[in-house]
Amino acid sequence: MLFSLLIAPAAAEAALPPSNPGTPPMSDSPWSLLPAASANAEALDSLYIFFWILCGIAFVGMIGVQAYFMWKYKKPAEGHAKTSPLTHNGKLEFIWSAIPTFFFVILFAWGEIEYMKQVTPPPDAMDVRVTGQKWSWTIEYPEVKGCSLTNDLYVPVGQPMRLTMTSLDVIHSFYLPAFRLKKDVVPGRYTVLWFEATKPGLYPLMCTEYCGDEHSSMVGRVHVVAQEEYDAVLAKACELKQGDTESTEDFGARVVTRGGCASCHTTDGTVKTGPSFKGLFGKTETLSDGSTVTVDENYIRESILEPNAKIVSGFSPQMPSFAGRFDDKQIAALIAYIKAQK
Amino acid sequence: MSTAVQSHDPHPATEPSYLVSKRGLMSWLVTVDHKRLGLMYLASVMFFFLIAGILAIALRTELFTPDQDFMSAQTYNQVFTLHGAIMVFLFIIPSVPAALGNFLLPLMLGAKDVAFPRLNLLSFYVYSVAAVFLIVAILTSGLDTGWTFYTPYSTSTGTAVITATTGVFIAGFSSILTGLNFVVTVHKMRAPGMNWNRMPLFVWAIYSTAVIQVLATPVLAITLLLLIIERSLGIGIFDPAMGGDPVLFQHFFWFYSHPAVYIMILPGFGIISEIITVHSRKHIFGYKAIALSSVAIAVISFVVWGHHLFVSGQSELAGVLFSFLTFAVGVPTAIKVFSWVATLYKGSIQYNTACWYGMAFLWTFTVGGLTGLPLSTLAIDVHLHDTYFVVAHFHYVMVGGTVVAFIGGLHHWWPKMTGKMFNETAGKIGCLLVFIGFNVTFMTQFFLGHQGMPRRYYAYLPEYQTMHQVSTIGSWILAAGLLWTLIYLVHSLFKGEKAPSNPWGGVSLEWETQSPPIEHNFHDTPHVHGSPYDFPEIDKSGGSAHH
Repeated sequence: MLFSLLIAPAAAEAALPPSNPGTPPMSDSPWSLLPAASANAEALDSLYIFFWILCGIAFVGMIGVQAYFMWKYKKPAEGHAKTSPLTHNGKLEFIWSAIPTFFFVILFAWGEIEYMKQVTPPPDAMDVRVTGQKWSWTIEYPEVKGCSLTNDLYVPVGQPMRLTMTSLDVIHSFYLPAFRLKKDVVPGRYTVLWFEATKPGLYPLMCTEYCGDEHSSMVGRVHVVAQEEYDAVLAKACELKQGDTESTEDFGARVVTRGGCASCHTTDGTVKTGPSFKGLFGKTETLSDGSTVTVDENYIRESILEPNAKIVSGFSPQMPSFAGRFDDKQIAALIAYIKAQK
Repeated sequence: MSTAVQSHDPHPATEPSYLVSKRGLMSWLVTVDHKRLGLMYLASVMFFFLIAGILAIALRTELFTPDQDFMSAQTYNQVFTLHGAIMVFLFIIPSVPAALGNFLLPLMLGAKDVAFPRLNLLSFYVYSVAAVFLIVAILTSGLDTGWTFYTPYSTSTGTAVITATTGVFIAGFSSILTGLNFVVTVHKMRAPGMNWNRMPLFVWAIYSTAVIQVLATPVLAITLLLLIIERSLGIGIFDPAMGGDPVLFQHFFWFYSHPAVYIMILPGFGIISEIITVHSRKHIFGYKAIALSSVAIAVISFVVWGHHLFVSGQSELAGVLFSFLTFAVGVPTAIKVFSWVATLYKGSIQYNTACWYGMAFLWTFTVGGLTGLPLSTLAIDVHLHDTYFVVAHFHYVMVGGTVVAFIGGLHHWWPKMTGKMFNETAGKIGCLLVFIGFNVTFMTQFFLGHQGMPRRYYAYLPEYQTMHQVSTIGSWILAAGLLWTLIYLVHSLFKGEKAPSNPWGGVSLEWETQSPPIEHNFHDTPHVHGSPYDFPEIDKSGGSAHH
């Protein structure tokens, strides 16, 4: 089962760094087809394999004894055999209490040691800000001014990264299976997650705390790139300007990707949490207060900057504001894109 | 035989059973007979098991393909919430204690009824009112919070959170009243000669459960009340937008709901102790160890709630302490499993349906117990938390443990409760289907989980599809097995042979009375002289006997 990644909507492929072959590495670990792509993942897999061997032996041993007794002490065809008067055996009971206790202490201590490493970021870690909201991840790099990505996290290989995370609405959880890490993202406080990626590639990022309708769509990508390419790749990913030869609609499509709009708005007419973009422009909609509005440039602009000002009947006020995220040119391109979805 | 059989029974065997001693609908609706109430609970929990089971099959079927199939995201979210909430609050928690426990506890103690029969009737109606609230919540605007009601999602969603939590709040009172009744019954109503060391282990298990119910359930009530206050009055307790703390809710919630896990599984342990001894004709191995490990589990269960919060941002020190305490629960649990296996040693095992379920339990519960270990291990839980690994683990404990034990117990005591024998071959076919279906469904989910498949996704990455399909097919087999079981059990009510008073040769007191029992259980108060596991087949001639 290849993690041939994933999800990735076609639009995101433009953001793939040139060095990336497009598929993540297959796992080199025998217990899983899931890649182990961080220092933590490699350390944890050893512990996990230890657990499976231990439990495998315990399970086979116990079920083996049970099966043997079940076969050996089956009731004879006629009547009953005389059975043993055994009621307890102190020595045996001590042994089978002590042996599990011994292994439990090992598992506990090993888990504790690895956990302490997981929660202690090194001082030279690079800072990234993560904001969870229904239903996308906003990733911001303090060192790159104005860079705000949606559902795409870029990290250089071999560089410790420190993610300071918070939520705008409900609790989410930031989960990187290939790094074996997760941490809840809680409104009203910061939580921290750190890792050091060890293998270039493209890995999934998922929300693992149930957060409402499109919880399943709150999925993103982690791009692990070589150190020397990182700055260029990040700069390119952060840039959101219309290219010289790019049409306004195409640029608008990139804005839609950057905003993570697709987790609620489709282009094929399917209604998810928000209205579909298909055939939206020019439509007359009834608002929740009974009045009507025509979907024109002004209404779309207002809905982006102040999403809860006019809610169309049948929808709920779920959308976050994009004021400060998108500038006028980007909003204009977005409107052009929506217009083109006939 | 441990109990003195009345040598001259002055009463004719024709005394009417509790089923027919009084007639008419009213005689059932206002009954204070623990046996009738047990049956009424049984019918109710089976009804909710059926409803929540249908929801489960709908969920698994939706997950057959990675994309949305026949349920919208909102529908899926409501269906998994109702599946969890109904299964936990209306089926599993009352299943063994309220249905089998009510029926058996006074019989096993040699009592005429529970200590407070009218309170027992009240408990049933409180439970019914709670069920009505949950049904109303479903029919009005649904519920999409997950059965855990995590804030601030539950304080901001537009669904019927207040109605549903009021239902759970009320269900809690039913649980508390039943627990209180059982604690007093065990302390005060034991037959002459039945000291604490002569109580059947099922009674010990129900007793430990009742103690947890009385002590933990009020915390759930308080928590849900705070949630209702926040939602209806806008007072900030959990919602950070109003100055509250969302993680506080998780602490409160799990302070009840982790002990509740043991409310669900301890009675199952009790059933298994009875099934394995009676059907292997052996004294239980390590009576005191099993009885005291139930108590130990009950006590430790109160201090492990933080293992649900390893990735919530709680302090590292708290995480370490909760991890350690969680491993501490593993020891008494392991002791129980080893003792059950050791009980089979040099027995004479009779493989009827109840025994099959007992043997199946040892497999499924061992898997459930062992897979708790990586979840207790801090660093590994960080990866597995909120993935299908957790889903698989708790289904192995709740279904593979409690439900398998419950169905086993139902077969073990079915002749006593109904006075009818079911078809053994049909029973074994059902058990096999349940065992295979269950393992196919949930074993697969361990692999899904450690590959990173998150819980509560209605659509998923295509890489996970094969395992999801295997799991879905397993769930259909499981459903077929359960339906089959329902059919032959109902069939036995009408066409089954008449049950003798003691079909399996048990020596605890419930087998001393006729099947089904008379209204007051026993013609004369029984006197107890020995262990509830002193079977006539036990070879007392050998010199190796310990006692």
